[in-house]
Amino acid sequence: MNQATLKDANELLADVAKRLHSLLTEKKITEPLMIGIQTGGVWIAEALHTSLAIEQPLGTLNITFYRDDFTRIGMHPQVTPSNLPFEVDDRHIILVDDVLHTGRTIRAALNEIFDYGRPASVILVSLIERTGRELPISADITGQRLNLKEGQHIKLSGPSPLILTLTEDA
Amino acid sequence: MKDQDIQLDREGRLRHFLTIDGLKRQTLVDILDTAENFSTVGSQSVKKVPLLRGKTIINLFFEASTRTRTTFELAAKRLSADVLNINISTSSASKGESLLDMLQNFEAMYCDMFVVRHQTSGAAHFIAEHVAPHISVINAGDGSHAHPTQGMLDMFTIRRHKKEFHNLSVAIVGDILHSRVARSQIHALNILGVPDIRVIGPDTLIPQNADSLGVRVHHNVQEGLRGVDVVIMLRLQRERMTGALLPSEKEYFHCYGLTQEKLTLAKPDAIVMHPGPINRGVEIESSVADGPQSVILEQVTNGIAVRMAIMSMTLGRSPGGDKDGT
Repeated sequence: MNQATLKDANELLADVAKRLHSLLTEKKITEPLMIGIQTGGVWIAEALHTSLAIEQPLGTLNITFYRDDFTRIGMHPQVTPSNLPFEVDDRHIILVDDVLHTGRTIRAALNEIFDYGRPASVILVSLIERTGRELPISADITGQRLNLKEGQHIKLSGPSPLILTLTEDA
Repeated sequence: MKDQDIQLDREGRLRHFLTIDGLKRQTLVDILDTAENFSTVGSQSVKKVPLLRGKTIINLFFEASTRTRTTFELAAKRLSADVLNINISTSSASKGESLLDMLQNFEAMYCDMFVVRHQTSGAAHFIAEHVAPHISVINAGDGSHAHPTQGMLDMFTIRRHKKEFHNLSVAIVGDILHSRVARSQIHALNILGVPDIRVIGPDTLIPQNADSLGVRVHHNVQEGLRGVDVVIMLRLQRERMTGALLPSEKEYFHCYGLTQEKLTLAKPDAIVMHPGPINRGVEIESSVADGPQSVILEQVTNGIAVRMAIMSMTLGRSPGGDKDGT
């Protein structure tokens, strides 16, 4: 399991969907809201949103304005604003990303969600959980855990087909 | 004026925002795209993003303004910056302190940005030339030279309604001579590739060199409005007028004021814009200003997102031109 051998994205997705369904049942959450983090997280979230037949529309987050490295790297303009087409107050939220690495993206996403309201709970789902955490954040459900060295990266391309690739800095 | 040289850093990023003239198309598109992202912040229950936390922005207003100053202030606050509003007529300027002495005092308070509104053309450029290297200057209107953030919020509003620029006809009507807004709009429309830009007004209110700005001049409003997608009305700037440029406001309204009847000459889905404040019954009929084709209040809302974009792009530039980035 700790080998740097990537499994197929769709297999991982099916497994994650099954375990997410069990977790929701166990927690007695019947009407969750799902939010994907741009860009890869939205693709994963779209697939999970369909397979779990979630009624509320899918929300998307663009965390650009909540990043902690803004003064170092500046602004990267994209025309993809956040879109949360629902009230988050007192709701159970499933937050979805493709790869959990340093944890800084999730920190930014949580801050942004809380600027929209106070959810009842947040469940974190990531397709891949790799080594290299810099913040005390872990996923509730993850497809595959990978032990990667510094300089190794995982990239998800999509939305269809979804393909995971492992690259290494030269 | 070589504003474009001073307003970019070595990597071509915005360091100041003084004029639209000379900027690249991509820079304008980046501003519009970034503003699009900021436009959702107003719908959050906490209307703030933490981007400029810890930055200090000083609004230096040497000339009266309500909309521009308020939206700059709101934009800075929604970016989590700290804002000071300095109304110069009530400050130490009246005690004889020079402008540069005043600026040095603000620099000594560790501020990061000056937003400058001044009655003299070139004032923001002058300040940008003399500030410490880490400070950004944004021109919030200088004399009859430029009002670049207004120009950009107008482009944002046009893009929201018309999607593309390359197939548009845009008419700017009224006092072009005294209008810094019109100058900034004309530069932006040209850079974004609008093929048909018309300026409409009496001979006395059209600058002599208008043709060299890349516009067609019309003195007949009926002729000028025919088939346009966007009608931009300008305020009659009575405070800037010297001498008898106009016979009377009543006659001006008769000839150039936008009425329902004149508006029917434009395309049926044409939008009506005005930078405000509007003089009802002078340049625009109330029923048009409040009518279904008017996007005048949208322009005000859009001003916040566009100013957020410009402030964060100038302050978030790379460490190359920004000593410590904090």
